[in-house]
Amino acid sequence: MMGIQPTLLISDAVLFLLLAGVGVYVWRSRRSESARATWRRVFAARMGRWSAWVMAFFVSVGVFDSLHFRVAVETPAGQAQQYSGEVLSVLDTVLTPLRTASEKTYSAPLATTLLVKESVTLADGTVARLAPAIAHVHPLGTDKVGQDVLYLALKSVRTGLLIGTLTTLVMLPLACALGIAAGYWGGRVDDAIQYLYTTLNSIPGVLLIAAAVLVVDVQIDAHGEWFNSAAARADLRLLALCAILGLTGWTGLARLLRAETLKLRELDYIQAARAFGVSHGRILARHVLPNVAHLVIITVVLDFSGLVLAEAVLSYVGAGVDPATPSFGNMINAARLELAREPVVWWPLATAFAFLFTLVLAANLFADAVRAAFDPRGAG
Amino acid sequence: MITYLIRRLAYALPILLGVNLLTFALFFGVSSPDDMARLHLGGKRITAEAVERWKVQHGYDLPHFYNPAGEGVAKVTQTLFVQKSLKLFALDFGAADDGRDIGREIGKRMWPSLVVALPTFVLGLGAYLAIALFLVFFRNTAIDTVGVILLVALMSISGLFYVIGGQVLLAKWWQWVPISGYAPGLSGLHFLVLPVLIGMVSGIGDSTRFYRALFLEEAGHDYVRTAHAKGLSPFRVLFRHILGNAAIPILTGVVVVIPRLFLGSLILESFFGIPGLGSYTIDAIQAQDFAIVRAMVFLGSLLYILGLTLTDLSYAWVDPRVRLQ
Repeated sequence: MMGIQPTLLISDAVLFLLLAGVGVYVWRSRRSESARATWRRVFAARMGRWSAWVMAFFVSVGVFDSLHFRVAVETPAGQAQQYSGEVLSVLDTVLTPLRTASEKTYSAPLATTLLVKESVTLADGTVARLAPAIAHVHPLGTDKVGQDVLYLALKSVRTGLLIGTLTTLVMLPLACALGIAAGYWGGRVDDAIQYLYTTLNSIPGVLLIAAAVLVVDVQIDAHGEWFNSAAARADLRLLALCAILGLTGWTGLARLLRAETLKLRELDYIQAARAFGVSHGRILARHVLPNVAHLVIITVVLDFSGLVLAEAVLSYVGAGVDPATPSFGNMINAARLELAREPVVWWPLATAFAFLFTLVLAANLFADAVRAAFDPRGAG
Repeated sequence: MITYLIRRLAYALPILLGVNLLTFALFFGVSSPDDMARLHLGGKRITAEAVERWKVQHGYDLPHFYNPAGEGVAKVTQTLFVQKSLKLFALDFGAADDGRDIGREIGKRMWPSLVVALPTFVLGLGAYLAIALFLVFFRNTAIDTVGVILLVALMSISGLFYVIGGQVLLAKWWQWVPISGYAPGLSGLHFLVLPVLIGMVSGIGDSTRFYRALFLEEAGHDYVRTAHAKGLSPFRVLFRHILGNAAIPILTGVVVVIPRLFLGSLILESFFGIPGLGSYTIDAIQAQDFAIVRAMVFLGSLLYILGLTLTDLSYAWVDPRVRLQ
């Protein structure tokens, strides 16, 4: 029995924190009759129920891929136990047959031979041109360096999920604090916050993100001491990308919250609370925040699919995740030139397409169900 | 009108200054010119002299805000902030890392960008509005339901796949159009077909759904019921009443992007080899040429603010109740 050492990458920690937050929300809304009724409406819709199942599948793939550990390596007796530098996840263990079964190069889905023919010396000494047999069967084929495409696609799920969710974690506090403050206090505060988000908004999104990623890259290059393994470095870049997307992406929600708070502020029950001398903090927490929560939930769910798609484009532009991180953007990037090969290598691209499409479609349908349930006015 | 434009200008200046400070903080505060030099010279073992030489060559050897070595005004002007950042206000973009003048490149490359972006924008807008009106005309029928499902599916496809799929299908297999390339003038028209078509198609999902929701909201109003009740034909109600009244929200989203058409599309231009500003920007990002990225950020904000002003003007144009002052 080999020992293992659990390894917690920063993004794992943040992801579990986020799951815990969702858990707390679920636990709290179970006690509220109206919240239960709203969520029942989400799952009562056929689209909502089906997309929730698909999302649940992707989320569990992502969570299993976030339980990281390092395997013990043989250490001379008497020394402290050493662990391999390679960080694996529970998903990797489940997919061991796919992960370790690598070929020399391309092979088509379910093929028994490699794609290209080679000169092989047969047993009787003659040389023949034939495609060498492959060691393992790959349901979706292998890529240029012989890695299993299905394995790569499943590994990419975590990256997409993280970008779709961690970004929200950065964006939410900013958008809520600034948006509600601008709407509630108005005047100078409002002016300052409006100036801030107009300025941010005026910069083309991709350019701002690309500029920030360039700068962060320079920093990561200059500070080798921040991470101790390639996995930690890629992880840091992923987190930086989420932070950048969050820091540049809060303006839309902040604007919505500002407008809604502006309306709420004038309503009688808040005026009454003011007249009774309830403190600002308490009014915001008890009366304003719960009444804008539906906007927050709708925005979070709606933004998810956009962020997953943005990753692909950013990776293509060169401002995405680390090239070594499995991600849909990196898969597409690597695969798009393969269509020009002869014979055509279509399966890496088709796999990336199918996975990304399913994930984003499910996210979009789920978002629609959530919006329909939480916002009775929102048609479409 | 004049007062409005002056007010608008006064409003634009602090925003552009903010953009300027933000990019300055990003490129000179978070990362220093030394980091930049090391990145460009490559490798870990670089002598301090090499770094200094690179900085002098590219004009990064100045202090950030205050230069004690200068005389008089030069104490303030011979600084990174003025030379690299404030000069953008005069549309003086300086030189790229390869020594070419960025302003000249922009002047040259914005036309190919426009040649692709403008038809994409106009034809796209027409198509999205037409499809949205069509779906609204058939609202609460199977046509609408199927249409919306299709739109959501189209929304869920990454833009990259539209480009790759279009190139493989239309250019490689069917060979209707060249796979990529660009030529100025009418002779280059056949190069434009594919990028424009793909640009249009990749926006169908999002935009059409947005317009459909807009029209549906408009169709729920009382005046629409009145119009139907007094016996107007459904077409007339749709085109005169609903489309007309939805003009303001449509313009809000549409006019603001018009000036930015000059910047072109990053993905389309790089996939189709169009020598516009989009591919210029992508090349700069990939070559980590900070000077070009800085210039493009500034230009982008400038065009955005221009777009906001145009939006206000367009309100006054379509809605006689709006007065600008």
